[in-house]
Order: sequence, then C-alpha cells, then structure tokens
Amino acid sequence: MTDIATYNFAYLDEQTKRMIRRAILKGIAIPGYQVPFASREMPMPYGWGTGGVQVTASIIGPDDVLKVIDQGADDTTNAVSIRAFFKKVAKVAVTTETAKASIIQTRHRVPEHPLTAGQVLVYQVPIPEPLRFLEPRETETRKMHALEEYGLMHVKLYEDIARHGRIATTYAYPVKVEGRYVMDPSPTPKFDNPKMHRSPALQLFGAGREKRIYAVPPFTDVVSLDFEDHPFEVQTFDQPCALCAAENVYLDEVILDDHGGHMFVCSDTDHCEKRRADGHRGHLAPETHLASEKMEPAQ
Amino acid sequence: MTDEPLLRGSALSKFYGSRVGCENVSFDLWPGEVLAVVGESGSGKTTLLNCLSTRLLPSSGTASYRMRDGQFRELYRMSEAERRFLMRTDWGFVHQNPADGLRMTVSAGANVGERLMAVGDRHYGKIRATAVDWLSRVEIDEDRIDDEPRAFSGGMRQRLQIARNLVTGPRLVFMDEPTGGLDVSVQARLLDLLRGLVTDLGLAAIVVTHDLAVARLLSQRMMVMKDGHVVESGLTDRVLDDPRAPYTQLLVSSILQV
Repeated sequence: MTDIATYNFAYLDEQTKRMIRRAILKGIAIPGYQVPFASREMPMPYGWGTGGVQVTASIIGPDDVLKVIDQGADDTTNAVSIRAFFKKVAKVAVTTETAKASIIQTRHRVPEHPLTAGQVLVYQVPIPEPLRFLEPRETETRKMHALEEYGLMHVKLYEDIARHGRIATTYAYPVKVEGRYVMDPSPTPKFDNPKMHRSPALQLFGAGREKRIYAVPPFTDVVSLDFEDHPFEVQTFDQPCALCAAENVYLDEVILDDHGGHMFVCSDTDHCEKRRADGHRGHLAPETHLASEKMEPAQ
Repeated sequence: MTDEPLLRGSALSKFYGSRVGCENVSFDLWPGEVLAVVGESGSGKTTLLNCLSTRLLPSSGTASYRMRDGQFRELYRMSEAERRFLMRTDWGFVHQNPADGLRMTVSAGANVGERLMAVGDRHYGKIRATAVDWLSRVEIDEDRIDDEPRAFSGGMRQRLQIARNLVTGPRLVFMDEPTGGLDVSVQARLLDLLRGLVTDLGLAAIVVTHDLAVARLLSQRMMVMKDGHVVESGLTDRVLDDPRAPYTQLLVSSILQV
C-alpha cells in the first residue's frame, strides 16, 4: 500500500470516532458506568475484540506506540492480527514491550510490568453487565445500577461459598468502582484485580457486540467484592515460572507431551522474555535459545 | 396497639382504559392486624393489592404508610428508590406462585439471605445462621439449605417464599392467594404456620383470597369486593356469620359443605 488515504486514519470515519470519544469521556466522568454507543461493523467477527478495536481506533494518534496482547501473549493470532491492522490503517509504531507502549489493547490480562501515568489500557469485553447471569432483564439491571441495588451480586458469591467452601469465581470477578458502580473487569483473572486499583494508567473497556463502553480513570478505587469472613484473595501458585523463575506472577499451564508432562510459565510473554534476557533461569529453561528440543517434561 | 393506623388508603381507583380495576376504595390498616380482601376472580382484589404494594400506580386516590419513625409518607409521592427500599425491608410480598417470588436457580439459603445482603449484610457466617434459623421456623429441614427451590415441593416453595420475605423483620406483608394451588392438608399446615408467625411477630398483613375459610382463619377484618367496589367490610366473624350485602350472602352461601 502506497498511501494511507485508502482508509481513513485508523479505519473509522471521523464522525464515528467523535461519537466513540464522547462515550469514552462520559465513561471517564462516571467511573464504572456502562455508556451505550453505536458500535460499528468491524472487519472481524464479534468476540474477537471489536469493542477494543473501536476504542483503540478512536484514541490512537500517529505518535502512539501500540502493544496488543491476547491472554498476556504478544504472539497469538488475535494479538498479531490487531497489531498488523493498526500498523496498516494508522501507520503507528508497534511494540511488544509494556514500558514502551502508550496504548495497550488487551484481551483478559493486565501486564505484569507496572503501568505508568500516560499509558492507556484498552480491554476487550465480551459481556459488560456483571449482573447479567443473575438477572437476565436489561431493564431491570439498569434500574439496579441506577438505584445501587447490588445485593444480588453477593448472592452469587454466597452461592460460591455454599457450594465450594470458598469464593470460587476466578475470572470476571466483580468490583466496585469508586464506591458506586459494580463493574465487570472483563474476563481477566482475579489475580489482576488489585492491579486495577488506583492504577496510574487510564483503563478503557469496549464491548462491541453489547455496544457498551466504560472506563476507570487513573487513581480510581477498584475494590473486589467479598464477605467479611471470606475476604477477597488472588490466585497463588506453588511453583515459579518454569522458564524465568518469576514468582508472584500469573502462570499458564502448558502441556508438553501426551504423557502428562506439563509446565507452568508466565502468561505475560513480554515479562518472561525480559527476565530471561536479564539472566533469570527457570528449571525448564533451555541452555541456549536454540536448545529448546532438549526440554524435559516436569513430573 | 397504637392509636394510629399503619397504612391508610383513601379513594383508591384504578382504571384500565374505560374498564374498572377497582374504584373508590378506602380503608385503614392497623399495626398487627390482618385484613382479608375477598371476592370472586375479576373483582379487583389483586389490582387493589398491587396498587397498595406500589407494583401498580392507581389512577387516582392516595395511600400513606406510617414509616418506622412514626411519620406518614404518601406512597405514590415517594421516589422509586425509596419504594424499592421499603419493599425489601419493611414490607413483604408473598405471591400465589412461589416461582414469581423466589429465585429458582439459587439455593434456598441464598434466597433467604438475599434481602439481608441487599441491606448491606456482609458476613457469610451470620447470613447463613439466619437462613438456617428461618428455614427451621418455616419447617424446612436444615440439610435442604443448599438445594435449589426447583427441587422443592409446592408447599415447601411457598414456605421458603414466606421465610425469604420475613427475614428482614417487615411490619407489613402483602399476600396474594398464599394457599392457592396447594392441596388441603398442605394448605392447613401453611395456614397454621402463617397464623403462628403473624401472631408471634405482630405483623400486619393484607391477604387477598377467594377462599373464605382462609379469610376466617387468618384475618380479623375483611373487605368483600365485587366489580371493583367494596360491597361490605367489617369484622371477619360478623361478615361471615351475618352477611348484610346481597352479594356477600350469596358468597357465604356458596361455600361447599362437606
């Protein structure tokens, strides 16, 4: 492609971007409130991040540096495609390094590297309504948000404890934003909930199919719901990352063979690579980068 | 008893287009009193109940309720938030069909605990202990606490619905045919239970029923409705033993004798 003029800058037309920016501003003004917006058809199916892509397209400028992650990884189909998309339609610089990015579009993770002021985290959201599976009527859930009737949310947590002896919700764990609106933090693992609390970065949430945008401005309280005698806690792992030996990070289980061999590695690939480049070695890390075929399965 | 009523309805009317739901109904309900509203189906008794419980707005007329601070508030001038708060704290509503008043997909314990959590209770152990206590008061075994109401019989569901409504210690309970659709022995036990609870807790209640026997057992006073109008009202025993209005006489003489 010789010229960007084939598409409007960042794919969406200016009127659409204006409309979405308006929704974003309203979302920022009312933290956690779901703002309806006129979601557009995007050149990808619903469920692949159409909401996140529209938010990113509306805020991105030529000087931005974009990072896209999918379940923490920079190198999976969704992440690679969206990154390539914006490279093509906005000609922006892209990166996989968290610290260098000005906009990070994410599917279901908050990067391990602490975010800083000025960065924007854009979440792809499948179902923005935290009360949806408890109360199917949209008219009713809107009223419950309006009147701050959130007893039902605790009914769900009560059910968890009654059935499993503890709060078994591990992702899409409901939070209360700035003491007012209960919000679905998108299906991020609850491990990431504390990172959203008083984060210096701006957090924007886009749900394309459900046509909702909501936001958490920088330094906003994001508190996970819980019971006094069953307080909120994050997942813990009994072993460090098999490749970079990182502790207190979110790990993915990777199956190595069909004999039950598996390992736990960082879900955030950028974080893992950085640590390995700095000389950290996990117990399954290859001797050199080329010796990966020597990997032994864990017991 | 205090010298002021708990709920006061005056000249309540509800029209559905040109049809009359109920017209010009006035009454006082006193604390701890059970008022039965009887009449054939289509006589406007459920419309009246829905208006009083603010589930419907009347076409004209007012209803005022004495709040816990002793002040009368006009129900239809309150904000929706206040009405809904009243609905889940100081009031209860027992539906004829328990599925309308219960969450069928969450456990019995959570059904009872929901109102507590809605008013800000955040201690799992205490909520569960209260739920256990209430289940035993409505004669549901403690080991059914984690079962969904879908697995309950009709009578158990109705008792669970009652427990769910009474857990926040309401002062006024609306009941719409609470024993409808239950067989006679289950009905008898439920009535017995209701009578005990109403007396123990000093509840005021408005019970809509077409079953005069239920009215006789539960209520102290009754209103007889016909075509949206109150044709007769008075002490239950007086109305049933010495009916004055022709329609009431017809109603009382229509009771099947066994």
